[in-house]
Parts: sequence; structure tokens; C-alpha cells
Amino acid sequence: MPTDYLLSQLDVLEAESIHVIREVAAEFERPALLFSGGKDSIVMLALAEKAFRPANIPFPVMHVDTGHNFPEVLEFRDRRVAELGVRLEVASVQASIDAGRAVEETGRWTSRNRLQTVTLLDAIEDNRFDALFGGARRDEEKARAKERVFSFRDEFGQWDPKNQRPELWNLYNTRIRRGEHIRVFPLSNWTELDIWAYIEREGLEIPSIYYAHEREVFERDGILLAVSEYLPRAEDEQPFMATVRYRTVGDMTITGAVVSTAATVAEVIAEVAATRITERGQTRADDRTSEAAMEDRKREGYF
Amino acid sequence: MDLLRFATAGSVDDGKSTLIGRLLYDSKSIFEDQLEAVERTSRDRGEETTNLALLTDGLRAEREQGITIDVAYRYFATPRRKFIIADTPGHIQYTRNMVTGASTADLAVVLVDARNGLTEQSRRHAFLTTLLRVPHLVLAVNKMDLVGYDQAVFDQIRDEFSKFATKLEVQDLTFIPISALHGDNVVERSANMPWYDGPSLLHHLEHLHIASDRNLIDVRFPVQYVIRPHAADNPELHDYRGYAGQVAGGVLKPGDEVLHLPSGFTTTINAIEAAGQSVAEAFPPMSVTLLLADDVDISRGDLICRPNNRPAGAQDIEGMVVWMTADRPLAPRSRLIVKHTTRTVKGIVTDLHYRIDVNTLHRDETATSLGLNEIGRIRLRLTQPIFADPYTRSRLTGGMILIDEATHTTVGAVMITDAR
Repeated sequence: MPTDYLLSQLDVLEAESIHVIREVAAEFERPALLFSGGKDSIVMLALAEKAFRPANIPFPVMHVDTGHNFPEVLEFRDRRVAELGVRLEVASVQASIDAGRAVEETGRWTSRNRLQTVTLLDAIEDNRFDALFGGARRDEEKARAKERVFSFRDEFGQWDPKNQRPELWNLYNTRIRRGEHIRVFPLSNWTELDIWAYIEREGLEIPSIYYAHEREVFERDGILLAVSEYLPRAEDEQPFMATVRYRTVGDMTITGAVVSTAATVAEVIAEVAATRITERGQTRADDRTSEAAMEDRKREGYF
Repeated sequence: MDLLRFATAGSVDDGKSTLIGRLLYDSKSIFEDQLEAVERTSRDRGEETTNLALLTDGLRAEREQGITIDVAYRYFATPRRKFIIADTPGHIQYTRNMVTGASTADLAVVLVDARNGLTEQSRRHAFLTTLLRVPHLVLAVNKMDLVGYDQAVFDQIRDEFSKFATKLEVQDLTFIPISALHGDNVVERSANMPWYDGPSLLHHLEHLHIASDRNLIDVRFPVQYVIRPHAADNPELHDYRGYAGQVAGGVLKPGDEVLHLPSGFTTTINAIEAAGQSVAEAFPPMSVTLLLADDVDISRGDLICRPNNRPAGAQDIEGMVVWMTADRPLAPRSRLIVKHTTRTVKGIVTDLHYRIDVNTLHRDETATSLGLNEIGRIRLRLTQPIFADPYTRSRLTGGMILIDEATHTTVGAVMITDAR
């Protein structure tokens, strides 16, 4: 029993996130939670479950499906959603391409990363979502380090980093006009290590690809990419087998694996604590296009 | 491990970025790829040394202009504590962003360049941190290496600031002479300043007692959300009605008699749940759900407190306001949306008593309006009562934000001095 009224940093972060999630449920009419099947959105979904227990989560879950997912992650997504009894919306990048809303990139660098923005914004409009929970953390990337917990998006889905709403104490401004929406980041103040510590403490299940496994990969720009039908390889990009795990989980074409033998949460935590490279730096090809790659994509309406 | 949030204030020229860079670097919280990126960008721009400001100035516009525009949050941990740094902008035109960063901080580090002494800017930063009632203030006198680690320089700045601080309501003030560039008194005590017998900055951050900064006396539970499971197949949940919220003050326990506002009814706490599990007590900043003995009509925006310790239901509010928009001035008869805890009402400014000069603290009682980043004392009349405490007693039940009815942007922050 706590007698000194002290809370651990995980307890404080949990309380703050639950406050944010409840605030959205109370003040918005049509919120939804973006769920990728990655570790951050798994923690976010677990927090949403806690926020409303014993009632069900009062909003749907949405997955923006690039069509280039790890099968292990899709399997996990469907199972988790069924367990919770929440409604799953799938917004498909393939459908956007088929409808002529988005044009597939070609060539060796092909990726559907940027196309997701089109699909996401269309889905927000179609479903008239007024608030979207995202699992982004401020420690991930320098543009995200600047973003508010409640981040305003105009009718074009754009973020204006130079004109953000002031955000004081735990008071969040939820006012918007029709067509505008708010991106809400309940995990803003969590670090990668906090996420893992919470997964361990709560015994949360995560997709198997976060743990060490054998996989056929090839190397491009120092990143180990999974061999898949979605990603054309150059002649000198020879596939080989390696024992790897994923530190982040995204689209197969841009998410790199790291060489690792960490097979348990505790081993992953030890590895993350000792690493000298950020998770996005180590595993994300999409951030490497330019120094302000994330800011530019966020301005357009990206996650 | 607990959590300490601190804000840094000062300009790039005061060595703020260097200080943050050093804290992150020495605690191994800068990663190799981040450092390489900063080194590469510095080189590409023809800068001779690595520009550590690039670590926190993450926006394109900030990098182009070489200034901090908005708060950046950075994270590091030592074996003793986890830290969240809110790196706030120093320029007066971004005061609203500094206020954002300071509002949740346990401590503020105001940086002063030892060569320049106290400037208008350092006084303004100190004023804003005390206005926001950041409980602990550190005046870090930086660049001591450039004044030969001279005790007389430090003492002079300390004495001058101490004199200035008597005009502010500073709760806890610490002076530390440092050199962020060379690391003197940042992580380790410096051998260059044997005359200084206090702790290093990091030691101070690690050992500062912050648990008592919360209000554990006045029970304040703003109802945020009512949980009512619609579970037809589970008769046990049929009558479940939980009042969810984040504890803003005091300690709540099952069995406690509580008072509901605005109704004035009293009832008893049957159980407290955190994430579906029963807990023996709840205190700030826990997010919990209260189950009450009686069926009282309670909804979002209401307050649960103790019968013998209740805030006034107030429609006339006196407070200090920071005005945060250039779109229009704040003046008597301005109509605004007011958000206080979980309650949102409308309000009208009935009086502007004075504007305060943030640099000199001079009160201008002839002021008729407040512009962007200006601070003054106002009186507000609300359409419905709020259950508020003076901000000096509670940052959570004493603060409120003002929202523009037309643009929906957040245009003001109010620190309540009197509510009746």
C-alpha cells in the first residue's frame, strides 16, 4: 500500500494517458483509434480498455492497411480486436489506388508510406471522424517532439507547426469546426523503454516479429529489409538468412529488422536500454529522405 | 522510479541548448544517429562546432531562423529518476509557448549568461515561471568559464536576482554556477569553483523533493466521464455507474463521506477502481473511477469534494490572464468560452484592472486592452458557476483556459486569484 503517495513514472504516464483518452470520449462525437498492430498502438489500446472498464471501448479502431503488412501483424490485429469486441475499420491503400485516388510509386524505392495519407484523410472524411488517437511518441522524432497532445488539423488534414494551440495543465481544447479534426496522442510522454516496461508489467501480448526469429532479408543503406513480393531488389541486393527482430512495425517495404537474439520482453528491454541508435534511425527508411521528412509528411496529414 | 518535469528558459545565446545537450549526452540519452545528424547538418551549414540547438529545434523554421519557436520535449533518465525536459522558447513573441511548457513543470531552470548578468529576458522568464507557479526555480549562471570562474560575478548576479525575487512569489529558489560547455557543475561538482558548496544541477534535479508539491489536503475530483456498461448479458453490471476522472487534489478512500457539487448532496464512496481493479486510495494524479453509495444525478463537469472542505461555486472570477492571440485584443466585454477542469461555460470580461509589464513588473492601470503575450489582471463573469480554488492553492482547480467562440483557438490562460 502506498503510504507516501508516490507513483512510479509508469503509473503517472498511465494516469495521464487515461485522462486524455476519457477526455476525447467525453468531448468528441465520432472518435476513432488508429491501430497498426505495432507495440505503441497495442499499449494505447490497452490503456483505452482500462479507461472505460468494465464498459467496452466506446469508439472504433481503424487500421490504415498499406497492403504490405507483415502477416503476423494482421493475424494479431484481428485476434485482438475480436477479444475486445470493438469495431474495426480498415482503410485500404490498395482501394485508394484502385479508385484512382492515389498513384502507386514505381522503381526501387517504391513504398506506400506517403500514399497512406490519402487513404487516411479519405477515411476520416467518409466516417466523419472528429478525433483520431495516434500512438506517436515525442521521443521518436524531432518534429513529433514539438507536437501537442491534442493536435489540430484543418479541413485539409494539415498540421501547422508554427501555429499550434497553446496547451496548458491538463486542459485540452477540443473545439473544432465541421471538416476539421484533432489528432490525439495519449503516449506523447512515453519513451520506447517506457513502452517495453509497460508491456512487461502488464503482460501484454505483442506480434511475434518483435522477438528474435529467422528471416530472409537483404541489406539496403544499412537497413535489413525483409524479402517480400512487394519490394523489388537490385541485382547486388542478395538475400540471406539472419536472426533478427523488429524494433518497430510498419509497412514491410520500409521497416527494417535488427540483428538480435532477444527472445523475451526482458531481453528486449536489456537490448533497448543498451542501444546507441534510435528506433526510427535504425529501422525506418521513410525518415531518411530528408532532414525534415517527418515534419513535411505531418504537414500533409500523415500520422 | 519517479518522474520530474522541468522547463528550461533562456535563449540559445545563454547556452540553453548546450546545457540540454550536455544533460542528454552525459546521461547517454543522445543516440549516435541523432548526434551524427546534428554534426552533419552543422557541417553542411558551415558551422565550426556542432550546433546542439539542432537537437531540440526540430522544426524547419526553427533551424532556418536559429531560434526556438515552440516547446520541444526531451526525455532522459538516470538510475534515480526519469526526466521530461520542456525546452521552451525565450523570445517574447513566443511567450504563449513558454507558458505551455511551464504549466506542467515541477521545476524551471532559468539560464543567465554570467558575462551579461541579469537581463530583461531573464527577469521575464523568472516572472512567468512564478506566475505559473512552477514550484521550484533554479537560476543557472552559465558560462562561468568565460568570467574566470569568478565567485564575485556569481555573487553579484545572485544578490541582484534575490532582490528582484522579493517582488515575485518564489517558493523555492536555488542558484548554481555552471559551464554547460565544459560541464562544470552540470553532472559533476566542478573543481574550478571550490568556493561553491552546493550540488551540481543534475544532483539537484535528482534529489529534489517534489512529492509534497501536490495538493494532498483539499479533496477535488472533477467528474470527467460517467461509465455505464451496456451489458445485457451481465446482470452484475446492470446497475454499475462509475464516475471517472483524474484526482486533482486530496486523498480519497472507500468509506469517505463526500459532497457532490452543484447539488450539495452528500454520499459515501463505496469503492474506488483503477482500470477495473479496486484500490484502497486515490490521490493526484491518479485516474480512477468512483462508485458511490447513493444514486445521485452526477455528470461531467461536476465536482466531488468533502463536506467540510468545498470550493465556492463561483460566477465572478478574478485572475491573472496571459493573452495568447494576435487576432483580437482582450478587453472588457470580450466574450469567451471558458474551460475549467472538466466544465466548460461561457464568460464575459467585465473588468481589466491593469496590464503588467513583464520586464519591469510595473502595473499599468490605464490599460484598456491586452494584446498578444500581454498579461494583466481581469474580472470575468460566467454564465454558470465553476468550482474553483485560488491558483496558489491548486494549479489544477485554479487554472482555466479561454477559447475564442469564433476561431476555436485557445486565446488565454487564467490563474484564478479569487472566485466567488
